[in-house]
Amino acid sequence: MLYDDTIIALATPSGMGAIAVIRISGPQAIEWVDAHFQSIHKKRLATQKSHTIHLGYIKDGDKTLDQVLVSIFKGPNSYTGEHVIEISCHGSMYIQQQVIQLFLKKGCRMATEGEFTLRAFLNGKMDLSQAEAVADLIASDSKASHEIALQQMRGGFSNQIQELREELLNFASLIELELDFSEEDVEFADRTQFLNLLNRITEVLKGLIDSFALGNVLKEGIPVAIVGEPNVGKSTLLNALLNEERAIVSDIPGTTRDTVEDQIAIGGVTFRFIDTAGIRETEDHVEKIGIQRAFEKIEKAQVVLYLFEAGKDKLAEIKLLQDKFPHKRILVLANKAENLNESEKTSLKERLPEALLLSAKTGTGLKELQDTLLDLTVKGQLGNNNTIVSNSRHYDSLLKALEEITKVKEGMDIGLSSDLVAIDIREALYHLGEITGQVTNDELLGNIFSNFCIGK
Amino acid sequence: MFDKEYDVIVVGGGHAGAEAAAAAANMGSSTLLVTMNLQNIGQMSCNPAMGGIAKGQIVREIDALGGYSGIVSDRSAIQFKMLNKSKGPAMWSPRTQNDRMRFAEEWRLLLEQTPNVDFYQEMVSGLLVENGKAVGVKTSLGLKIKGKSVVLTNGTFLNGLIHIGEKQFGGGRAGESAATGITEELVQLGFESGRMKTGTPPRVDGRSLDYSVMIPQPGDSKPEKFSYLDTHKLTTQRDCYMTHTSELVHDLLREGFDRSPMFNGRIKSLGPRYCPSIEDKINRFADKDRHQIFVEPEGWNTVEVYVNGFSTSLPEDVQFKALRSVKGFENVKFFRAGYAIEYDYFPPTQLKHTLETKLVDNLFFAGQINGTTGYEEAASQGLMAGINAHLKVYDQDPFILNRDEAYIGVLVDDLITKGTEEPYRMFTSRAEYRTLLRQDNADLRLTPRGYEIGLASEERLKNMERKEKESSDFVSFFKNTSFNPDEINPILERLDSSLVKQSDKLFKVFSRPKVTMDHMLQLDKVSEYVTENYLNTDVLEQTEIQVKYSGYIEKEKNNADKLLRLEGIKIPKNFDYAKLKSLSFEAREKLKEIEPVTISQASRISGVSPADISVLLVHLGR
Repeated sequence: MLYDDTIIALATPSGMGAIAVIRISGPQAIEWVDAHFQSIHKKRLATQKSHTIHLGYIKDGDKTLDQVLVSIFKGPNSYTGEHVIEISCHGSMYIQQQVIQLFLKKGCRMATEGEFTLRAFLNGKMDLSQAEAVADLIASDSKASHEIALQQMRGGFSNQIQELREELLNFASLIELELDFSEEDVEFADRTQFLNLLNRITEVLKGLIDSFALGNVLKEGIPVAIVGEPNVGKSTLLNALLNEERAIVSDIPGTTRDTVEDQIAIGGVTFRFIDTAGIRETEDHVEKIGIQRAFEKIEKAQVVLYLFEAGKDKLAEIKLLQDKFPHKRILVLANKAENLNESEKTSLKERLPEALLLSAKTGTGLKELQDTLLDLTVKGQLGNNNTIVSNSRHYDSLLKALEEITKVKEGMDIGLSSDLVAIDIREALYHLGEITGQVTNDELLGNIFSNFCIGK
Repeated sequence: MFDKEYDVIVVGGGHAGAEAAAAAANMGSSTLLVTMNLQNIGQMSCNPAMGGIAKGQIVREIDALGGYSGIVSDRSAIQFKMLNKSKGPAMWSPRTQNDRMRFAEEWRLLLEQTPNVDFYQEMVSGLLVENGKAVGVKTSLGLKIKGKSVVLTNGTFLNGLIHIGEKQFGGGRAGESAATGITEELVQLGFESGRMKTGTPPRVDGRSLDYSVMIPQPGDSKPEKFSYLDTHKLTTQRDCYMTHTSELVHDLLREGFDRSPMFNGRIKSLGPRYCPSIEDKINRFADKDRHQIFVEPEGWNTVEVYVNGFSTSLPEDVQFKALRSVKGFENVKFFRAGYAIEYDYFPPTQLKHTLETKLVDNLFFAGQINGTTGYEEAASQGLMAGINAHLKVYDQDPFILNRDEAYIGVLVDDLITKGTEEPYRMFTSRAEYRTLLRQDNADLRLTPRGYEIGLASEERLKNMERKEKESSDFVSFFKNTSFNPDEINPILERLDSSLVKQSDKLFKVFSRPKVTMDHMLQLDKVSEYVTENYLNTDVLEQTEIQVKYSGYIEKEKNNADKLLRLEGIKIPKNFDYAKLKSLSFEAREKLKEIEPVTISQASRISGVSPADISVLLVHLGR
């Protein structure tokens, strides 16, 4: 066994919940839990089979801390490859702390970030790319980012890169051969084929690099700004979408002085809604700052929701916004549509065909808004199974690889001596290898395990 | 006869042995060179040439450290060529053709002039080993010679077996007997041994050749030399010649294949793939209807000629008949037939970076005994073994060169880390950072290191420091001095390079692909600077490279620094790989066997994958 200490940590999020899971891993895990566990069937954990669950009490001396379920995973058939015990106790923070304290006193050590996965890695339970994907999986909170993480775990585009890298490596060896045997008459690398390969690599790299923007957005959430006059119901709309009271709602115009953000998953995709202070002429200094911020947020948003009161004429303002941000996708929403009668609705539709009639209060039109948002952003791009780069480390390596490949091509163009071209080829191979895991990068290792929360 | 206890006993007097003895003695060790035939010290067993691609760089490195190979080569040179001058500076490779007899003579005389070297002619038949430590050697006459360290440089002599056609006989070289006893004793001590094969072409009478139908291969019009010291440059040179084999020659050779020891299974060991025999070439490249042959004079005065490219172990009558069909060889007379030789070697993974064996303390191996081929490879190992034997005896830190520091570093690290299945030859592609390991800067890289251990002389250090300062000043001159469009445009126009509109620094225009130092010297301000500062050609070349290739040199330096980081992560001695379950089985076995000192070395072991290295890094990085 690699480690002789036993580590403990809370595996569920800290805070109160229905239940909490405390994970213990190491050579003494079973023995130490056994010492404080009283099974309702008077069983000893040490004699129980692996992968079994037992009901009983955690006792600190005579004192009972909680009624718990204890799961046993005996090494090497556990997550970490060591003996692992998971205690499911009640979710009160007091109980969690009491149980953890108890085992710290017993000799356990508090686990560091990612230490359970680190042990799993070092005990051969998973390889590095899997470990990296585990970190991404834990962090993924929407269906889309989850899919990307899974795709990465299965290999994703790394296979494609690997094949191209092999071909490039092949040419690199031919060029080396040419150099070392320049005194002898041996046959060499075909320049036309080589250029062809360079072009193919360039194409693939460019495609992957372009996909990063989308991949990143999916991982981080798509930013959507909600803009409109004060008291038009932006907060109400946000709350309706969020389905909880997060923004401040009142009838006094200008209550939302700062931007408030929240995330909501629609159809498996995370959207980051940004409620902004309304845009209007004002003398209020604080509100002016809020309006300035609103413009900044619009700049960063991928979609803008322009909200106005269905009964008011806002054609000029809409035009203004559209002119100020000509490349933004702006959804025009006529809120408080519940106050209009049928003919008013028809007339509005005639004047402003792109407007979506909405009632944030009653929920009318919400479904249509959600669908439109999905259509505007990710539909089509996600659906056709395109490869998407979401990992910024991969993105960085792709950029560097492309830069080197471009240099190789330039070198070939100006007839640069192949020993110098070879330097750029080696660099390109290195960066492609970073993606496929064919070269070791020590900086990367440090990152991977620090990306975990404690308890994993 | 031998009461004295030597500091270093060197067994063998070839390129490795001679360098080992010279280095140890020059550093102050009392040294004994024992060899079977004192007539044959510094013998060139194969081609009469030193250097070549990657190898020329090694000769310069040996010279920069204070070894003798460069001086001996310069003194016996009959032709000089800088190969690959049209490529980048990493590829520029010096090569000399040498007078075989003078080469050996120069070595013998230099060693005789070296204080602390004793000589003795006899066959060493065994080692004296006490408590796992070498304490001397035994000879075939039964003498015991005491030494605090022993360097074995046995070349092809250990159980050497010569093949010509179906005939075979014991021998370490044509006309010399094999050495017996040492292999058996080393195997008993626990060493693993193997067999390798190499070969050499026929030597012929130059008077019987018709050079008028061959293509002359003259030396450079401005010949340079190897040594950074003040050896003389050639004023006259001898030409080599090129001719080709033909379909007819190949057919004649094929007739003898059934009597070839290579093809009838008599030779089982592996030969150098990169230096194949002629029968190997026509067999492996069956679609080629001709191969090059270089006709190389063996010296200034001798009529003997070396037939490069025609290495063979076919029966002598087949060799003769086939060679007679080569253009210009119609009336050829043989001096000596070509032959193949099989010999024992010891897989070099049994060595440390100092070339000391892991199994027996104070015992060092250098040269073909480690599975290498080539004079330069042998000489550099001899140098390193001699240096480290001395340092070990005098209780000083070992002398190890890194991979980004010298081809010698690459060579030793490759050998002890990867081992070798076939005779190991140096290539520029074996060096990750060849742009840093150039022939022009071997002194800048290594002379300070050689001086530090007391091998390179003060004269060498002074020369190097002068060169370093003058070139860096000259580079600054180009960085700080501006040109006028008027003075530079005529030059650019002649070069078909785009013209400049406004004044800029000289460095910028000098960096352009077609612009060379010669063009720069056409500017008065540049030529004046050179005259005023008495700059010699070394400095001009160094400056030119540093200006024109600065981007690439910088890039390689950055990459080398990455390697250095992994080089800095040491693996504890006796590290228990068995407990790291996430290492592949193969990696665990290999790591246990090689015992790498650093993560970087571990990463170069075949069978150890990047994933395995990640495991080690994560584990050691905790």
